[in-house]
Amino acid sequence: MLNKKHWLLLASAGALTLTGAANAATLEDTVERGAVQCGVSDGLPGFSAPDGDGNWQGLDVDVCRAVAAAVLGDADAVNYISLNAVERFTALQSGEIDVLSRNTTWTTTRDTTLGLNFAGVTFYDGIGFMVSRDLGISGADELDGAAICIQSGTTTELNVADYFRANDMEFDPIVFDTSEQTVGGFQSGRCDVLTSDTSQLAALRIQLDDPNGAVILPDIISKEPLGPVVRQGDDTWFNIVKWSLFAMLNAEEYGVTSENVDEMTSSENPDIARLLGQDGNYGEGMGLEADWAYNIISQVGNYAESFDRNVGMDSPLEIERGVNALWNQGGFHYAPPIR
Amino acid sequence: MIHNKTMIDQRPAPSNTLGPVAWLRANLFSGPLNTLFTLVGLYVLYLLLVPTIQWAFINADWIGTTRADCSREGACWVFVNARFTQFIYGLYPRSEIWRANIVFGGFFTLIAWLAIPRLPFKRWVAVFALVGFPIAAYVLLHGGYFDLPRVPTHRWGGLMLTLLLASIGMIGALPIGIVLALGRRSNMPIVKSFCVIFIEFWRGVPLITVLFMASVMLPLFLPSGISVDRLVRALIGLTLFQSAYMAEVIRGGLQAIPKGQEEAAAALGMSYWKRMGLIVLPQALKMMIPGIVNTFISLFKDTTLVMIIGLFDLLGIVQAALSDSNWLGFSLEGYVFAAFVFWIFCFSMSRYSQYLERKLNTGHKR
Repeated sequence: MLNKKHWLLLASAGALTLTGAANAATLEDTVERGAVQCGVSDGLPGFSAPDGDGNWQGLDVDVCRAVAAAVLGDADAVNYISLNAVERFTALQSGEIDVLSRNTTWTTTRDTTLGLNFAGVTFYDGIGFMVSRDLGISGADELDGAAICIQSGTTTELNVADYFRANDMEFDPIVFDTSEQTVGGFQSGRCDVLTSDTSQLAALRIQLDDPNGAVILPDIISKEPLGPVVRQGDDTWFNIVKWSLFAMLNAEEYGVTSENVDEMTSSENPDIARLLGQDGNYGEGMGLEADWAYNIISQVGNYAESFDRNVGMDSPLEIERGVNALWNQGGFHYAPPIR
Repeated sequence: MIHNKTMIDQRPAPSNTLGPVAWLRANLFSGPLNTLFTLVGLYVLYLLLVPTIQWAFINADWIGTTRADCSREGACWVFVNARFTQFIYGLYPRSEIWRANIVFGGFFTLIAWLAIPRLPFKRWVAVFALVGFPIAAYVLLHGGYFDLPRVPTHRWGGLMLTLLLASIGMIGALPIGIVLALGRRSNMPIVKSFCVIFIEFWRGVPLITVLFMASVMLPLFLPSGISVDRLVRALIGLTLFQSAYMAEVIRGGLQAIPKGQEEAAAALGMSYWKRMGLIVLPQALKMMIPGIVNTFISLFKDTTLVMIIGLFDLLGIVQAALSDSNWLGFSLEGYVFAAFVFWIFCFSMSRYSQYLERKLNTGHKR
């Protein structure tokens, strides 16, 4: 006779089988659905926010668009699910979304204990400083004794304290609750320095009465690599997301843009020919067509285009490439070759 | 002896007891202390009102399309103007907005029809509003039938979503609340204890926890092939939560009805449902109008909490628009707009309830 324990075991085994079955077929499910289920933030300047026409825009959003272009040939075939910080991993684990592209920092705990995989880095973030231009400060090592405006409840506070202790400097923390208050505190002169993640500093700077009166220092004092996340257990899908990002980086490296991609299809350069599917089908291993990278580049653009459009010099945020430049231009972005 | 038999003509009251001057003297300047308070009050009002009016109207920028059109000296209503469609419809596709407009039109027509006493066929309109209209609205908004393109619920938002959450919550919470209130007063132990447990459970947890459970925990319990739409999850959570509050409000009304009423109805041979439906509930509900409307208004404002589970209600879409890097730093304008819209709806509900109270007053007022 079956007792209660057996029933429970059976039920959980059933649940596991269901989960496994659903996990392994993300690509097939996506093709059948005709759209990529992509989790984005509920509004973060430059990374994901709806524009005036209700279309999502941003660096994180472009990852979703790239995956949709590679898989379905249509960058607009994305269902955007807006998620807050708490529910983002649950939504991915439960299968509500297939890609999480929501300024998520890649850490050991998240990568190893949640049943998730990080598929690369879209933006090397970290804590930076903004100072008033009048102070004439050029580096973080000149900040000894400064009054620093910090937004409470974030890890920023701890990281700043660590940095100052490690460099044997002193600082006077002034903690605020919201970003508006933090900006207000900096503006009214209660602190000399405002600190936050560099991706946020640019958004805070715009809100100043005189954005040009403040400069963002080049130093970054902590590691916050942001990237897209997928579920563990479906390596095909993991590869698709990973290589969609690499395709954008490689395109920048080879000088292929959304403007010139059609001319580039006849390029003699073997790297470009392989990228654009003119020399063998490198999408085959992922279950994609040969023109997967061509679709990404023609519809979304290469990494530089996406960066400039959303957070870089062509956007109101005006974030410098800095560490987010390619490896051969002094940055960290290094995509493995397509061959 | 002089007998004056003619009456003195009626004369107006002395001029110092009439008119605005007299009113001012009687109410605002009746003594040195009152005069002092009045002057201080006027000064505080001046301090508050002048900058507000200057910010909101005189120095404000109304015309334009981008942030460059704003002088930043006063409010930049250009932002609200540019995003107005989005604030009303959320991320609903622009080409399909006519569908939302039909639903909006139907919604307000039905409400007006039910609220204006002169219009006929009230009963049929009410039945349509509660049964036919929600189905029609769903078919129109969601699509997928009659060649209408499908618009998934994660694209719904703005004022449309707020009204949808609030009205479905209200329509659902009232009947469930009535049943729970009756059940709690029942003599049948199983019914009674079920209702007591249900009410006390839902009243014992904060709404934000309910929404988090519905959005974060529930998907983990369900097998991954099955997923319930997050809007539906939020709606169920919101309705159950509010019905528990509604039940207690209505129970308060039931308790205020003298026992003689029910006993008299029983003596006439009425069944339980007739006693309740014809005698007790009409009196109880009428008496509890302020309490019921109070719950409705709080439900309307509570809908903003769905923002934390990633649904873009009016407040959520305002916040999302604020994070567009082209419009950073206009949060005050956005929040003032959202507050204004909420105030209009809550205030109209409150006025209507006062009208209803007057209309249904049969002399029981104490």
